[in-house]
Amino acid sequence: MARDTGPDETGSSGPGDQGGNPRGDDLEKRRRALEAAIASKRPEPVPDERDPKTSGLSGIGYALRLSSEFIAGIVVGVAIGWFVDRFAGTSPWGLIVFLLLGFGAGVLNVLRSAGLIAEHKIRKPDGDGSTTE
Amino acid sequence: MANDPIHQFQISKLVPIEIGGLDFSFTNSSLFMLATAVGAGAFLYLTTSSRGLIPTRMQSVSEMSYEFVANMLRDAAGTQGMKFFPLVFSLFMFVLVANLFGMFPYFFTVTSHLIVTFALAMLVIGTVVVYGFWKHGFGFLKLFVPHGVPGVLVPLVVLIEVISFLSRPISLSVRLFANMLAGHITLKVFAGFVTSLSAFGAVGVAGAILPLAMTVALTGLEFLVSFLQAYVFAVLTCMYLNDAIHPGH
Repeated sequence: MARDTGPDETGSSGPGDQGGNPRGDDLEKRRRALEAAIASKRPEPVPDERDPKTSGLSGIGYALRLSSEFIAGIVVGVAIGWFVDRFAGTSPWGLIVFLLLGFGAGVLNVLRSAGLIAEHKIRKPDGDGSTTE
Repeated sequence: MANDPIHQFQISKLVPIEIGGLDFSFTNSSLFMLATAVGAGAFLYLTTSSRGLIPTRMQSVSEMSYEFVANMLRDAAGTQGMKFFPLVFSLFMFVLVANLFGMFPYFFTVTSHLIVTFALAMLVIGTVVVYGFWKHGFGFLKLFVPHGVPGVLVPLVVLIEVISFLSRPISLSVRLFANMLAGHITLKVFAGFVTSLSAFGAVGVAGAILPLAMTVALTGLEFLVSFLQAYVFAVLTCMYLNDAIHPGH
């Protein structure tokens, strides 16, 4: 796709068009922008001397942590859905909807505790500008 | 007793107390909670009482635990978070000492009961919610609305964030409880294999070496888990407190 000398899927013949395939270029540009946006949302990869993912024994702790985060999200979703159904009489829709939401929350928990979302920023030792204190 | 891996978690009443139809008995769990608090407090007090400029070995253990928790809190929540240091340090020491006390043979493991760890987790989340609302008023609710979300998606994202927030005390407590429970049961099961195998004579005794080695290895692992779970509990406490101090992300 990067080379504009070969035939592309649009059926236009020859490398005559100077700007390349406009639609492909647009897609490419948007893909790059998306990648940059995603990369900016990710936390900086901090070199950590004790990487929880690689060391054998504490890897178990890491696995238990992630699984408990995931399960907790689903459990809370189901509990809320069950109570909504019980008090609003909407069985089974509350359970279905909140189970799915709980699934989403569980995935969010896992991503957050795996450090794949830049959420809990490391605060600077000397405050961070909030002057409410 | 020897082959019942659950027996160690049984609650037994030491001093039955009943007030107004409610059971306030002093149980073995209460005894070990008391022992944990007294043990941790006495250790910290006695080791730092000499206040040597050049610390003794024990004094440096106390100072290291202080530094460890203080750095953890400062990294996660900034200097403003340091007002929560007593809470975080007490939680860390309580969980750590309770876990380590549980490693003594015949001792009761306080943190292997869900209600104990859940109470600790609710203490943390309660602090976060109360402090968040007291400090920021309804601005604390900004915690549930990450910025940069398109307007259409806000209700969905808020619902997911609320569920995610509510799941925190559960995951916090279940993690600690499940680790301690599973670890102690595994240890007991493998230790039980040693006694049951050695009942089969010479061959059994020779075969019992394998579970014995496993038990030794698991004991080491359990010490690691004890420390790691106390650390994880304290780290997550710091992160949640950070949310209460800076709810706007």
